[in-house]
Amino acid sequence: MKIIVAVKRVVDYNVKVRVKSDGTGVETANVKMSMNPFDEIALEEALRMKEAGIATEILAVSCGTAACQETLRTALAFGADRAILAESNTELQPLAVAKLLAAIVKKEAPGMVILGKQAIDDDCNQTGQMLAALLGWPQGAFASKLAHEGGKLAVTREVDGGLETLRLSMPAVVTADLRLNEPRYVTLPNIMKAKKKPLDVLKPDALGVDVAPRLATLKVDEPPTRKAGIKVPDAKTLVDKLRNEAKVIS
Amino acid sequence: MAILVVAEHDQHKLRPATLCVVTAAMRIGGEITLLVAGKDCSAVAQAAARVPGVKRVLHADAPHYEHGLAEDLAPLIVRAAASMTHVLAPATTFGKNVLPRVAALLDVAQISDVMRVESADTFVRPIYAGNALATVQSSDAIKVLTVRATGFDAAPDAGGNAAVEALEAAPPSGLSTFERQELTKSERPELTAAKIIVSGGRGVGSAENFKIIDALADRLGAAVGASRAAVDAGFVPNDYQVGQTGKIVAPDLYIAIGISGAIQHLAGMKDSKVIVAINKDPEAPIFEVADYGLVADLFQAVPELTAALDKPA
Repeated sequence: MKIIVAVKRVVDYNVKVRVKSDGTGVETANVKMSMNPFDEIALEEALRMKEAGIATEILAVSCGTAACQETLRTALAFGADRAILAESNTELQPLAVAKLLAAIVKKEAPGMVILGKQAIDDDCNQTGQMLAALLGWPQGAFASKLAHEGGKLAVTREVDGGLETLRLSMPAVVTADLRLNEPRYVTLPNIMKAKKKPLDVLKPDALGVDVAPRLATLKVDEPPTRKAGIKVPDAKTLVDKLRNEAKVIS
Repeated sequence: MAILVVAEHDQHKLRPATLCVVTAAMRIGGEITLLVAGKDCSAVAQAAARVPGVKRVLHADAPHYEHGLAEDLAPLIVRAAASMTHVLAPATTFGKNVLPRVAALLDVAQISDVMRVESADTFVRPIYAGNALATVQSSDAIKVLTVRATGFDAAPDAGGNAAVEALEAAPPSGLSTFERQELTKSERPELTAAKIIVSGGRGVGSAENFKIIDALADRLGAAVGASRAAVDAGFVPNDYQVGQTGKIVAPDLYIAIGISGAIQHLAGMKDSKVIVAINKDPEAPIFEVADYGLVADLFQAVPELTAALDKPA
């Protein structure tokens, strides 16, 4: 079985982002970028399935500008076999990404697609579910455990009250939650090897996908800042302040 | 405007988040229809009909709707959405799972985690772990939104009198089946609806030590939360996690104990009315958002705090 893993290039999770003063977005020039953390987990899971003999080939796919090639090289260094970039300079929203991925899925016919549950920049948490809908495949969103049994996929999902397990027919779409696994580290020899692995670049037109954004971002603002608080010397003073000043406890 | 609200429920009761979504729907303005899909859930449909502002309740009852499987619910919602301008659901794991599937089937974009309604087509939502707020306008014929419950007050659950109509169930998709669930049992209030939350982080040190967090929470009638570090270390189950990828909360009082205050945790709690931080590191970022900070060893300070609460004001 071939597995497609979708990876996104995002502002690194440790960066404290700054809103541009003209309100058009967030400053991304000269900011450290890296692979979306949830996508690293998705990729790790695919690699483990290959190591377990369940998967035969891992194809990493990214959608975005030419700079995403760097993210795909990282995926190849992790252990993906080859990569495809759907290259576009348009702002790609989840529906457009899902359509690009669906077009690639139709060409490549994988047994499974694994994505991260959300990107830490737009925080949408939509693409995997949309892809499943477009393909007419079942979805296992927010997965914390996967088991491949008798041609079906048992997916344990993180839901609000705890965990639930579903059984999906294959092919299927899965989105990875934080606790699915612990991604490995990339080694220098693997980074060198990744440079020789195939990376194809496709244009949305060639895939027959209209990527025009459906949502217009009118402005991006700073969230309201909280007033600086005070330090209290001991627990007794804290209780007094909460009772008599903040009046949040009785 | 014709607004469809997809109700979240447990076959017996509406989940509180659904009532917050009704308030968001009223901000948009228009006729509100509530969709209740489940198994033997007519009590939920009756309860939905009593929510003021709801004009109509669509009730679809079939065994395959019991567990809210996206593959089965999405086609049903798409059918009900045909005559609508808006489709809303709470931004819970239920809504986040089902609604993007609905949006893609309708070939429209989805707007996630809406925290403010500016107009019928313009909404405000957080991006970058809540470090920026984006105002977005949709040009789609049907606007599909998930709603951040903490951004809207809950609508009353009585006083309304909507008509209940049966909606014919679709056949099962056959793509997915429910196997089992392991829900965390707790006597405490639900995390996302609690007025007071006591949260523990890595500093608590062990599952055993979490008892002092529990004791304080019980004294306050509070829910217990946790940072990702505490969940990953196995101190508490994952559904306790507050943050960008866990639950988003906004209680009256949030007490962060042994939590450093990483960006990803702040994203889930910084809209709390009053924030208290107890941490032995005076440089911990949590103190930058805390209204009251106590620099102290939590193993001493938390039991003292619990004891101090027992003394009259």
